[in-house]
Amino acid sequence: MNRFNYVRPQSLAEALGAGSAPGAAFLAGGTNLLDLMKLGLAAPATLVDLARLPDLSAVETLASGAVRIGALVKNADLAHDKTFAAAFPAVAEALLSGASPQLRNAATVGGNILQRTRCPYFFDREAACNKRTPGSGCDAGGGETRTQAVLGWSTACTATHPSDFCVPLTALDAVVEIAGPDGLREMPLETLHRLPGDTPHVETALSEGEIILAVRLPAEAGQFAPRSRYLKVRDRTSYAFALVSAAAALVIKDGKIADVRLCLGGVAAKPWRAREAEAVLVGARPDAERFRAAAEAALSDARPVGGNGFKIELAKRVASRALLMAATGTPDRVPALPASPFSSRVHDGARV
Amino acid sequence: MSDRPPLGTDVRRRHGSNIGQALTRLEGALKVTGRARFTADNTPPGLLYAVLAVSGIARGRLLALDVKAARSCPGVVEVMTCANRPPLAQDPDAKLDGFMFRLDLLQNDHIRYANQPIGVVIAESLEAAVEGAALLNPTYDSLPTRAGLDGEDSFIPPAVGAGSPAQVEVGDVADGLAAAAVRVEQVYETAAQYHNPLEPHSIVAAWDGDTLSIDTPSQALAMAQDRIADLFGIPKENILIRSPFLGGGFGSKAFMSGPQILGVLAARLVGRPIKLVLTRDQMFGPVGHRAPTRQSISLGTDGEGRLTAIRNHTRTATSAYDDFYESAADVVLNLYASPSIATSHEAVRLDIGTPTFMRAPGEAPGSLALESAMDEAAFACRVDPLDFRLRNYAEVEPKSGKPYSSKALRECYAEGARRFGWAKRPLSPRSMRDDAGLLVGWGVGTAAFPAGMFPANARAILTSEGRAVIEAGAHDMGQGALTALVQIAADSLGLPMDAVEFRSGRSDLPDAGIAGGSMHTASAGMAIHAAGQNVIAKLAQLAFDDERSPLKGAGNAGVAARQGRLYRVDDEQRSESFVDILKRAGLTELQAAGSAQEDPVNASLYAKQAHGAVFAEVKVDPDLCQIRTTRLVGVFAAGQIINPRLVRSQLYGGLIWGISLALHEAAITDPRSGRIMNADLGDYLIPVNADAPCLEVATIHEDDPYVNPLGIKGVGEIGITGTAGAIANAVWHATGVRPRRFPIRIEDLIAG
Amino acid sequence: MEFAIDVTVNGEPRRVVLDDPRVTLLDLLRERLHLTGAKKGCDRGQCGACTVIVNGRRINACLALALSQDGADILTIEGVASNDALSPVQAAFLAHDALQCGFCTPGQIMSAIGLLKEGQAGCDPERVREGMSGNLCRCGAYAGITEAVLSVSAPVAPPAEDARP
Repeated sequence: MNRFNYVRPQSLAEALGAGSAPGAAFLAGGTNLLDLMKLGLAAPATLVDLARLPDLSAVETLASGAVRIGALVKNADLAHDKTFAAAFPAVAEALLSGASPQLRNAATVGGNILQRTRCPYFFDREAACNKRTPGSGCDAGGGETRTQAVLGWSTACTATHPSDFCVPLTALDAVVEIAGPDGLREMPLETLHRLPGDTPHVETALSEGEIILAVRLPAEAGQFAPRSRYLKVRDRTSYAFALVSAAAALVIKDGKIADVRLCLGGVAAKPWRAREAEAVLVGARPDAERFRAAAEAALSDARPVGGNGFKIELAKRVASRALLMAATGTPDRVPALPASPFSSRVHDGARV
Repeated sequence: MSDRPPLGTDVRRRHGSNIGQALTRLEGALKVTGRARFTADNTPPGLLYAVLAVSGIARGRLLALDVKAARSCPGVVEVMTCANRPPLAQDPDAKLDGFMFRLDLLQNDHIRYANQPIGVVIAESLEAAVEGAALLNPTYDSLPTRAGLDGEDSFIPPAVGAGSPAQVEVGDVADGLAAAAVRVEQVYETAAQYHNPLEPHSIVAAWDGDTLSIDTPSQALAMAQDRIADLFGIPKENILIRSPFLGGGFGSKAFMSGPQILGVLAARLVGRPIKLVLTRDQMFGPVGHRAPTRQSISLGTDGEGRLTAIRNHTRTATSAYDDFYESAADVVLNLYASPSIATSHEAVRLDIGTPTFMRAPGEAPGSLALESAMDEAAFACRVDPLDFRLRNYAEVEPKSGKPYSSKALRECYAEGARRFGWAKRPLSPRSMRDDAGLLVGWGVGTAAFPAGMFPANARAILTSEGRAVIEAGAHDMGQGALTALVQIAADSLGLPMDAVEFRSGRSDLPDAGIAGGSMHTASAGMAIHAAGQNVIAKLAQLAFDDERSPLKGAGNAGVAARQGRLYRVDDEQRSESFVDILKRAGLTELQAAGSAQEDPVNASLYAKQAHGAVFAEVKVDPDLCQIRTTRLVGVFAAGQIINPRLVRSQLYGGLIWGISLALHEAAITDPRSGRIMNADLGDYLIPVNADAPCLEVATIHEDDPYVNPLGIKGVGEIGITGTAGAIANAVWHATGVRPRRFPIRIEDLIAG
Repeated sequence: MEFAIDVTVNGEPRRVVLDDPRVTLLDLLRERLHLTGAKKGCDRGQCGACTVIVNGRRINACLALALSQDGADILTIEGVASNDALSPVQAAFLAHDALQCGFCTPGQIMSAIGLLKEGQAGCDPERVREGMSGNLCRCGAYAGITEAVLSVSAPVAPPAEDARP
């Protein structure tokens, strides 16, 4: 780790002031930033410790019916907030499927949203990586591509975004509230993370010195509570990132899909909102065949990187299974193995 | 679950013996309170922190290190490189025998593998040393690297494993295959694996003139002492190594590693104690690993499913500069009856750290492949896999024809099948589902592991307070030596456990043999048993010769030791306490040495193995193809079990390693750079708690006087053998897709 | 530059002066306070061997800066037993042989204490396993660990009507 200056502001204004200095980085839970600093992948001159900031740790329902989650709310606290979990069960399930209990106790909502990729070539400082060193090239292309994207990638970068939390948030049209030296603004979470294009080192739409204040779920998101799930496929039963994941949510009226949300994780540099799939489903009957067709639509633009083409087929299956699981109904409680294929019925029948 | 010893282990040597008791670990209180001191927990006064810098390329030359930048970092005291490391009395690349590995001790600028040590930064604080190491900014001249098993320049190794022949043939395999009614010929691939004990290799070293005092985890104290003595040209007696606790070893701490010796050199250079602890990524390269294998197996059977031929040709890898060859093919020599058996090995040299013994070396990957092939043959014959194995049961050792010293394998199969419910298994694959719709599969594998002994020594001391001290340089890496050996000692002395003090884990104690090969309990145990018996014999002689003793002249009738007294065997009313015998003899203590080794006559007459049967259930999502091992039942026959509680834990550990071998762990090397891309515990996957939801083990007692007088076989490694194959077979049974590449991955099942 | 933090460690208030902002909570405990129970298995939050309890929650000490702990209440393995009497979790670990080499054991125990405090897993073995999956054990003591935690969750046999799910 590099030596750094450390400040612990007591107010948002103070934090933004400190954060506007060159080389300043904001520290929240530290579970990603400190790891990157130990590995020399981040070397801020000043750490601005946000832990003392008031008013950023609440989960509140606004007059509009929207739910606002302060950026410093711990992942574990949000997942175990009974009211929140009842209203947004796929979000709670996604949170509980991520990382470990210890990490969830320390990591914050803001930190989860802004976590960096787990691409092994990003972490390998001897490898060429356009994120670390713009223009240096991308060694992932001809190498190990199992963890790489199949959607939205470019020849400059094929890294994926590893968050589980962001996937159902994006499905539910979450909005991110931002504060910076130039004031307050907000944007859909879906537009916060950038696809790599030619500039993979530009990962988010945040400007220098901006922080996330809160994430807001619109009131309409609550209508999905009875039928919403998160599904995560990975290489061991727990404590591993997703190979592919999906958040699915449905509103079914009179035997037809009135509204649907589908978002994929592990397949791109940002959670992949599958609007084409949603279009296929609105107004249709919720059955396995339809869900499969929707999944095909969701992955229609997918392209493999090296030998990771299996992820395209896997993503289709994860998407259709997540829809099936959502259609069956949200369980009363997050299963013992959250988001696991071993926690729910398989349903190879057509009837749901 | 309860304190009842597992099935069949309630045969006691003697009424009231400690052997066979499921006692809790004697050092357990220390471990659960955090007071057990591991190497890195030591911070002696005057300590400096040493941090290793390692190579970012796999092959070539180190051109330069920015030593100046590192030295100018506040807190950095010194930087050790090839240029200034203290001289050694022996070439680090010397190799005097097969049990010695070439070390990277900054002897030149050659880079032989990624993560090879290239420098050591020494500082007042850990943070400063880390920063200094990061400032070294190495530059290299790199050469194309050699990775993967497909290289053309393969060769036949001179020997494999611990010195076995690379090629063996019994009978005529070509004929056997030609005559077979059913033939299975398949290739199985296993991945490179790294031991990854949770405690990284570390060392605290302090010189005082030419004497050296070291804290470091070691599975072989005496061998470590010898190596250091040779490297530094100092007498063995000048070197004290303390290793009271190891945070896991699994074979990686049996030989002193380069980084550990670099710690000694760093302490020499700065003239102060230093502490050097490897980072997790540095555990991938300089401290050994298990090389990948590609095993071509051919099995032939007659019309009734009886083997006519077995052949395993294994291709594996070693480093570019040293020799160790994973003896995966050898498993076929010891397991199933066949009139013809052949093994052969070939290897390629890669730009990797030298492989070494890793828990069940040879047996782990070899068993996985053989049990898979047996399963394929069973299905080809349309025979139940368990029946198929029973049809090919070896009554004598296949390679030699020797009888087994004991082999309760049939009982293991029967008991395991009963506990598992095997009888309900349908023959065809993809024919079982659970209520949730998940595919269910059941598989079986045979477990086997040789039961040998290293030469070992111990000392027993009886004190005038009626207590005893046992001294043996034994090693506890979690297998329970600190407890099991005291049970043996107490029985040999006829004393209660709490009257016995056990001193171990130091190199200035008698050499109790390497903790490896599942041999430690047998080796150190028999030495301790001998020392105990010898000191009791000396005590008895004092009594026999003493006019005033009730045991005078009892030499012919004999005495038995029990609860601190000697009793005439033919008249229990005549007895005397140890305390009284010693007091009357005017002695404050009485000592005797004991030693043990494998009996050469028995070794030549009998094949000695522990055996077992492992039954696995897996569930596989039919579309998503994620796999979970939902049930494992292992029943093992390993002679006399000293402590069923500790043995249960060892077997559980082996089962979990089997899950890992079949489904999880693999080091992923980018062939372009030769670097390992998952050199951490997040992407190098070992099972988590939720991966092993249901484990059941039991043991079958065997009375075996041929392995050693106490009948001890080892259980440290056998749990892996059979398990990985059982899981692979269960995956096939669940899905109909035969895994041939391990660890089994989701994409293997989607494609299939 | 020097930094002073006030922390309570195992019930004892301490003022710690640091000359280096980079010191992690783990290295503070191990190298400067000589509380070596918490172990460094990976230093990246991937193994859980460094688990301690801070302000009532289990966290990985390796991914926490010492500086950030000003005002924190820290419980380490050294503070769990009282006057040489083992806590119920520690006693359960011994009784169920929930350990082998012992290196991951302090982290497992602190994690178990945290898990029980969180109150989510109850007596459900799957929830306990999942809840303990942030603590790697290379020796494979998971079965004993799960048994030990369950035995503390339900110290007496539950009455018939409280059947487990």
